[in-house]
Amino acid sequence: MDVRSQVSMVFHLDKCIGCHTCSIACKNIWTDRKGAEYMWWNNVETKPGTGYPTKWEDQEIYKGGWEKNGDSVSLKGAGKFKGLKNIFHNPHLPVLDDYYEPWTYKYQDLFTAPEGDDQPTARPVSLVTGEHMDVQAGPNWDDDLGGSPDYARQDYNLNQLSQAEQEAMFQLERMTFFYLPRICNHCLNPACVASCPSGAIYKRGEDGVVLINQERCRAWRMCVTACPYKKSYYNWHTGKSEKCVLCYPRLESGQAPACFHSCVGRIRYLGVLLYDADKIQKIASVPEDQLVDAQMDIYLDPFDPEVIRKAQLNGIADSTIEAAQKSPVYKFVKVWKLALPLHPEFRTLPNLFYVPALLPTMATVSNGIYDSTSKSLWNDVSQNRLPMKYLASLFTAGNTSKIVEVMKRLMAVRLHRRGVTVGDLNRNEISSAMSEAQVDAETADAIFRLTSLATFDERFVIPPAHREESIEMLENTGDVKGNTGFGFKERPARGL
Amino acid sequence: MINYLLFIVLPYAALTIFLIGSIYRYRSRGFSVSSISSQFLEGRRLFWGSQPFHWGLFFLFFGHLIAFLFPRAVLAWNGQPVRLLILEITAFVFGLSALLGLLLLVRRRLITKRVKIVTSKMDIVVFVILLVQIISGLMVAYYSRWGSSWFASFITPYLRSIFVFDPQMDAIASVTSVWLKVHVVSAFTLIGIIPFTRFMHFLVYPLDYTWRSYQQVIWNWNRRYIRTSRAHSEGHKSQNN
Repeated sequence: MDVRSQVSMVFHLDKCIGCHTCSIACKNIWTDRKGAEYMWWNNVETKPGTGYPTKWEDQEIYKGGWEKNGDSVSLKGAGKFKGLKNIFHNPHLPVLDDYYEPWTYKYQDLFTAPEGDDQPTARPVSLVTGEHMDVQAGPNWDDDLGGSPDYARQDYNLNQLSQAEQEAMFQLERMTFFYLPRICNHCLNPACVASCPSGAIYKRGEDGVVLINQERCRAWRMCVTACPYKKSYYNWHTGKSEKCVLCYPRLESGQAPACFHSCVGRIRYLGVLLYDADKIQKIASVPEDQLVDAQMDIYLDPFDPEVIRKAQLNGIADSTIEAAQKSPVYKFVKVWKLALPLHPEFRTLPNLFYVPALLPTMATVSNGIYDSTSKSLWNDVSQNRLPMKYLASLFTAGNTSKIVEVMKRLMAVRLHRRGVTVGDLNRNEISSAMSEAQVDAETADAIFRLTSLATFDERFVIPPAHREESIEMLENTGDVKGNTGFGFKERPARGL
Repeated sequence: MINYLLFIVLPYAALTIFLIGSIYRYRSRGFSVSSISSQFLEGRRLFWGSQPFHWGLFFLFFGHLIAFLFPRAVLAWNGQPVRLLILEITAFVFGLSALLGLLLLVRRRLITKRVKIVTSKMDIVVFVILLVQIISGLMVAYYSRWGSSWFASFITPYLRSIFVFDPQMDAIASVTSVWLKVHVVSAFTLIGIIPFTRFMHFLVYPLDYTWRSYQQVIWNWNRRYIRTSRAHSEGHKSQNN
């Protein structure tokens, strides 16, 4: 058992209001620069929809992630042979138009336009070429278009549904959408790291943050292809790839990442998970329907004395173990089993988990008649607006029973709280829903509390690489004793 | 005198600048070392230019290297006229492929607005020197045929004399082909400007990728290993994964 610590995340999709505050916070801090204008390290997509870059989930187009290869996995569109063979021209690299051409407006024209009959206008100009352009697409061009033919109907996950099921999904009464905020998953089996020919990308041992060393990146562009989530971006100006850094300067000083901190809906949770690094390859290689369960197995119980002992042997600080025990992510992912990884079939073992949106129905349309007489307040989860198959394609690699389990638990919590606060539901109905979902009242209240009432410090349990200790990530006081001490940069040896 | 400048002073100046300049740039200005690919801005035309250009140069570079390092082996291979012919034609085709690719790349830079935007002055220098280099090479191959055979008697002794610090320019100075002289001079110029251009990227060709492990984990401070206070160096990095 090789215990390591991973800063991981949960996004509660039922709470996301799609305001894009996270994206703007990130943009203002990290990507408001030449060559990076088109990058959204944090972006919010509308599902069903095509996403950013367009159809990023379709690996037949982009060739990202890993594929099962016997007992192991290999990169789908990169790797030692494919990468070096394609180094002069990477056939699977998305180009600027797959994202969008960034633009601004000539605001100055509003002031300098000569007097005339027409209102002066600020025409859009490309941030790449500086020329006038007709805006064709943007980073959230499918925003709120949950029923549209151009976006929603092109959603990759609809491939799993039959034609009839798709039609049912787009019926007026069932038509719906939810938001999917995405950042880098800081994966346990990162495809970007594996694909980088220069070895510029690495995972930090202490907290698992995946970073690109800008000094070593040589623009071979393989990480852009290899990341199935398309969260590694190529800066066309500097000739370096860039990605989400999980605001590590903020994390190291005990602050939540900007997108987490600014989240209006308070959908985001951040905490430590302990995992067993020896199992990574084995778990990345299991058959698709077992991927979610297998990934849950890699995360360890931070209360288990054996795990604690092995963690201490591996040099994980006691404060980090304590953070793992208080981690809201651990609760959502392991204890309550409510949060699922996005597209686990990419086999990168992502560390960002989503509590899927419940979206229950209260009525149905049968034979053109609007029937609002559901047998309870809400219909059964099988009647939810989004088909289970659709959600399974997103979160469980197609394993529908897994997603139904999660939905039933979410529904049980809702019914329980309705019973507590309103009390208009049949007691038997609540208790049977709760026993079916294997949720007791105490757990349901705890889930409710962390979901709805949690304070800042409960949502973000950041392991202390606090400012006061951060020097120790670079330098150990024991090392410099009797040597450089503090204040000397190199060993104070007598000159030649 | 001019021969002395071109065939003795220039090579040493170029090699010195190349060595010091590229080591300095690699170590101190790492951020600037990149192939600065423009495929992200334009991919389709790049394919038709970049592939023939790079693969052409790739094989020509190793061809020249082998001819310089193992002249006897090349001469032995050329012992039969058929094999000489095959070698010469293959090399010439790679030369044509590099030229064609380069011309397509220049055309792409000119007609694609997005790529034109990211073209620097040094890129123009790079294009000019590459054009001179490739065209002069093709001219030598055409007008002074069977270079793979006479290479050993004219070029190898000269280059060797440069590298063993005993410069003898008699062999090269006696050559009548102007194209050959141009080819040699522009080759050394090209080497000399490597640290100042995007040519740097072929020095960082990621060969080590072939033997490194796929995943990389870096620890700032690996608490697992107790280090002695005398070892001021970075200390023990984790080897797992």
